Amino acid sequence: MSLLGRVDIDPEKLERATGLYRIIDEEGRVVGEFPDIGDEVLRDLLHYMIRARVLDEWLLRLQRMGKVAIHAPNKGQEAIVGAVYPLRPEDWVFPSYRDLGVYLVRGMTEEEILDRALYNRDDPLRGSDFAIYGHRKYNMIPTPVPVGNQIPHAVGAAYAMKYRGLDTITMVMFGDGATSRGDFHAGLNFAGVFKTPTVFVCENNQWAISVPLKRQTRAPTIAFRALSYGVDSIRVDGNDVVAMYKTAIDAITQARRGEPFFIEMVTYRLGSHTTADDPSRYRSEEEVKRMERYEPLRRLRKYMEEHGYLREGEYDEIYKMYYDHVEKAAREALEKPPLPEDVFFENVYGDKIWVLELEKEEFYESLGIMKELGLEVE
Amino acid sequence: MPVMNMVQALNTALREEMERDDSVVVLGEDVGRRGGVFLVTEGLIDIFGEERVIDTPLTELGIVGFAIGMALNGLRPVAEIQFIDFVYEAFDQIVSNAAKIRFRTGGMYNVPLVIRSPCCGGIKGGMHHSQSPESYFIHTAGLYTVMPSGPYDAKGLLKSSIRLDDPVIFLEPKSIYRTVKEEVPEEDYTIELGKAKKVLEGGDVTVVTWGAMVHMVKSAAGLLKDKLGAEIEVIDLRTLFPFDKDMIVESLEKTGRLVVVHEAPKTLGLGAEIAAFIAEHHPELLYGPIIRVTGYDTPFPLAHEKLYMPNIARLYLAVKKVLEY
Repeated sequence: MSLLGRVDIDPEKLERATGLYRIIDEEGRVVGEFPDIGDEVLRDLLHYMIRARVLDEWLLRLQRMGKVAIHAPNKGQEAIVGAVYPLRPEDWVFPSYRDLGVYLVRGMTEEEILDRALYNRDDPLRGSDFAIYGHRKYNMIPTPVPVGNQIPHAVGAAYAMKYRGLDTITMVMFGDGATSRGDFHAGLNFAGVFKTPTVFVCENNQWAISVPLKRQTRAPTIAFRALSYGVDSIRVDGNDVVAMYKTAIDAITQARRGEPFFIEMVTYRLGSHTTADDPSRYRSEEEVKRMERYEPLRRLRKYMEEHGYLREGEYDEIYKMYYDHVEKAAREALEKPPLPEDVFFENVYGDKIWVLELEKEEFYESLGIMKELGLEVE
Repeated sequence: MPVMNMVQALNTALREEMERDDSVVVLGEDVGRRGGVFLVTEGLIDIFGEERVIDTPLTELGIVGFAIGMALNGLRPVAEIQFIDFVYEAFDQIVSNAAKIRFRTGGMYNVPLVIRSPCCGGIKGGMHHSQSPESYFIHTAGLYTVMPSGPYDAKGLLKSSIRLDDPVIFLEPKSIYRTVKEEVPEEDYTIELGKAKKVLEGGDVTVVTWGAMVHMVKSAAGLLKDKLGAEIEVIDLRTLFPFDKDMIVESLEKTGRLVVVHEAPKTLGLGAEIAAFIAEHHPELLYGPIIRVTGYDTPFPLAHEKLYMPNIARLYLAVKKVLEY
């Protein structure tokens, strides 16, 4: 390229970044080339999506009972399971806080998710924060709550994989709101400059709490923004799990070759931002009703019923099976004792620090006084 | 006189200042249609429109940087950071710019900016919705830092902050947004920055505190009198920088004993500065050690937050200890 010459953009890349890739439409009709993915995979995707929805329902219920601090509902975004499904266990995932399906595909069980949500004695994250999930054994890093912080982490971790000669990749999830943060720009820019094996998945659910996408960016699409960092991208119907799955396979293949890839998953948040939010203040019931038609489980079910993958009534049976399973798991998780009272002194540093040792002594003394004076603090 | 909670009082202050002065604008995430996640800006967009009540893209550095530009050129922005825990993306803009523009430009420019934000714990908010990071700002020359403990003060202090020609970090303890109610005058009034308030008279121990802790400390007064025979004098600092040294000194002349209570972690919390100031300038007033009752030097936890935060048992131990001298 000469300094003063013109620069061409591959029109195919532009087309992918501004088009919309889909295979199954909202009525379950095949509108694109259906990939040869096998019955097993299709059933698996359905089961993961149902499990995510059932769990979502239960976490909402447990939050209303005052047992879960805050829950970020994921209803409507379950097709994200298609993006993680083709990953290898050794690949690393940096999920967002609205990703129950991701946690399940990575191998977390409903029991483990409930222990976490209820922060009982078996909570692997030791009561650190709400609405975050992950575990080292699943190569899934619990997300930082400040939006988008994990994006550059996924890029750096991917660089480390390349540096260490591994053939693994990283995948990172975040919402449309996160694309306004500095973390997004730095992350995408580094990925482009250093050619890291990273797959970005932007779950564009149209709303960052009350702020609609048009107020987040004037760029034509989010995938278009990724392209401006030299990261190949595609805009996908994110409520079509088959399209998500097929896209992820291609994206992961490219990342394994050492080139980042960006997926804009066009979806819709049917629930509130979190259980602390009241969406009736900023969007109409009609809009939500209209969007329910596009939600991912409805169309997969239609497709599978019409193509003989599901017999009549089978969907409801599967749903009930998982519902009963979570009900039992929730009962058991609720019976577990809380974390020890001094849990927050753990994991601040790797070493013993005198400051904390001193404060711990004062802490135990205060617990003694509470008992002596009959003070109820918690 | 109407009875208000802190959310209503802050909302009233914003509305009145916007009515009084066209240059006052509000911006932040979800401050428009949503009215802010705690509804502090509720209804303002209907009165003043989208140009003055601005729903911004999701970026704190954008919000603060943009607001600094507004402030340089004739506006008086009130920027909301949805939770103070999310302010760190904007730290460079606050520390390198809002705080330093007056100095950098030899006084040619100044930044009349208020950054309002819910802070502190007590609502099961976990590690990223509960922090008390006032020390970062207090440590930065060029910023005022304010934290009201109730509706009356909230209204008067916010008005003073908006009218000030320098940047103010205005921290709102979210756990008492709706729990504390009091009479708030409908007419315009301000509260001078830098002035504390004596919220309880007592002769034995001075307790300096601020924010939601004011209420915890007040609620302990009866128990401390019963069990230890001690009458505490409680000072609500209200403005954290510059803090009201005179009221503390005056109280110590009477009590000779000082306890500082704050939610922020102990190490380099404002309690350390207050203790150092008294030790440096007025050692003769003290009978014994100054004791701090604070958050521990750990991240703010989701689990057992009430045990993490300063509580009556810990205040009891502190008061008992200073009474030994």
